[in-house]
Amino acid sequence: MNTTAYFKERFDLLQLVDKGNGIDIIRQTAFDNFNKLGIPTARHEEWKYTRIGGLFNKEYQLPVQELTRSVSKEDLDVVRLPGHEKASELFFINGLFSFPFSVIRSETLLVLPLEEAAQNEYRDIVSKHFGDSGKYLNDGINALNTAFVQGAVFIHVKKGQTTDQPIYIYNITDASSGNILSQPRSLLHINEQAQVQLVETYSTIGLNESFTNQVVEIIVEKDALLEYYKIQNDAGYTNQVSTTHIRQVGKSYVHTVTISLNGGIVRNNLNVILDAEFCEAHLYGLYLQNGNSHIDNHTVVDNVQPNCYSNEFYKGMLDGKSTGVFNGKIFVRPQAQKTNAYQSNKNILLSNAATINSKPQLEIFADDVKCSHGSTVGRLNEEGMFYLQSRGINEKTARSLLLYAFAVDILEHIKPAPIRKYVDKLISERLATGTI
Amino acid sequence: MLTIDNLHAGIEGKKILNGINLRINSGEVHAIMGPNGSGKSTLASVLAGRENYEVISGSVDFLGKDLLTMSPEARAGEGLFLAFQYPVEIPGLSTINFMKTAVNEIRKYRGEEPMDALAFLKLMKEQMAMMEIEQSLLSRSLNEGFSGGEKKRNEIFQMAMLKPKLAILDETDSGLDIDAIRIVANGVNKLRNKDNAVLVVTHYQRLLDYIIPDYVHVLYDGRIVKSGTKELALELEEKGYDFIKNEIGVTEEVND
Repeated sequence: MNTTAYFKERFDLLQLVDKGNGIDIIRQTAFDNFNKLGIPTARHEEWKYTRIGGLFNKEYQLPVQELTRSVSKEDLDVVRLPGHEKASELFFINGLFSFPFSVIRSETLLVLPLEEAAQNEYRDIVSKHFGDSGKYLNDGINALNTAFVQGAVFIHVKKGQTTDQPIYIYNITDASSGNILSQPRSLLHINEQAQVQLVETYSTIGLNESFTNQVVEIIVEKDALLEYYKIQNDAGYTNQVSTTHIRQVGKSYVHTVTISLNGGIVRNNLNVILDAEFCEAHLYGLYLQNGNSHIDNHTVVDNVQPNCYSNEFYKGMLDGKSTGVFNGKIFVRPQAQKTNAYQSNKNILLSNAATINSKPQLEIFADDVKCSHGSTVGRLNEEGMFYLQSRGINEKTARSLLLYAFAVDILEHIKPAPIRKYVDKLISERLATGTI
Repeated sequence: MLTIDNLHAGIEGKKILNGINLRINSGEVHAIMGPNGSGKSTLASVLAGRENYEVISGSVDFLGKDLLTMSPEARAGEGLFLAFQYPVEIPGLSTINFMKTAVNEIRKYRGEEPMDALAFLKLMKEQMAMMEIEQSLLSRSLNEGFSGGEKKRNEIFQMAMLKPKLAILDETDSGLDIDAIRIVANGVNKLRNKDNAVLVVTHYQRLLDYIIPDYVHVLYDGRIVKSGTKELALELEEKGYDFIKNEIGVTEEVND
């Protein structure tokens, strides 16, 4: 596949079929940017350990219209999460938001096509925040998503509303007729005093390869609370670059948990911008990797304003020939005095061929701050293994108990009970084999 | 029950046990005492099946079976229990989950059905009460944040749950105050019957006031150099390990 020519052809087609709504202008700028930046190579520092370029050597179809074969309700029922009867369920199919399949069960939630929000009372929010992620991720992959933005949505959570109804976002790729590059895009506005629990999953139908290049940008207003859970458990022939960009524009609380269990190449960009005083952000992550899978968790915590607190804790277990990357950036701007920023990454390697590259990166420009970072890599606790075995527990069971105990630290941060149970079960089943 | 025949063993190229001979019968309590470096903990570790220890020669027969070829979990299944000197903490694994798995794995090894959940919980609560362990510890991570005394009591609690045939107490009294020693000894004594046995490995005589041994053996330089009854322990306490050294004619010792 001649990438440049193919993308140009698809871009032109898209501009033709979806024009006159203002989004085409945004796309044009991004497409020019994409051509300028290109696809990251190993020489790009941020992509050094994640060879994303390799994916572009394959033939991927880039849908610019609804597929002729539409997915069926049965296809979707398979991917629904526990507790979905009480949740608002939003479906992206091949990167395009599906209004027919999505179900809004809460009055506090409003979902609009992005082009509509760009022109009505939300246009200021859209123009101010749409594309914010590009400032922090100035690479061709981010630009590519924006260059093809279509079927994107603006999700608004009304002021002062606590919803005990979580929002489930399902990203479905239908790869039954060929390899698919799907690029979901959304802008989420969590208004003042609103509380939201958001859970995202990824599923590929069919046996061809999928590559999901996703960007979610979230604005969190004063006194709001966001819990964000990302569960990545798609097949080994599926790949992702998943960008979650959160800007806290008022004193607010953000709690994220990223669970990465399976996939081919999975790269997560999680940015949390603490753009108001007294913000608090907690970033948790757990990755279990085996076979040839690759997980890359890139995080950015940007302390723009003073007196903010952030805590980042990522844990990983790698077996087989899997590879992992953790790159945690913490920025503390000159005016961000009294910042408290903590970061920890702990890894267990279960085979000689598994590798992890762990890199904390702190850039601190204020002098009255408390920041720390720590990174460990080790093997499974042998003393613990012997202790369990001496009590009659066979090696396989002992190993899975210890691995599960390692994961529990992160699992206990999944607050919605049905989701906690669901992830718990996924992990217990994985570990029951005595490996991961 | 246990016959150790001319056991030689070491670790990381260093030979520590230089021909141990010992016989323990059902219903007996044996104590092994010795100065630091004599091989007490090595003996306990080799019997429990710790990996890094290498058996150079000799044999150990446990209830008619060759102990040294068994995995640690098989030894536990056969009825061996080691109360660790330094019990490890396992954050993230609850005491109850650990105990339940252990009890049921051993039952499985013996061809028995897993214990009924309610019966198990009842047994746990009973034994925790006996060892004066707080009920809240049930759901806490194994040994996490436990004081030294709590960890040792937890070891005997596990022994009470698993009801082994041969319990090896590896310096169980180290780091314990008098009250803790009493509770631990009480637990051990309650579990004793004519069908099981206890091997107490200790540096000090104190514990043996409460767990009264039938036989006391003195370990020195990887060998049992003297055996006797409980009076021997008192003699050691009074005279120190030097008197043993003099008796066996040791003047200058260089440990290799």
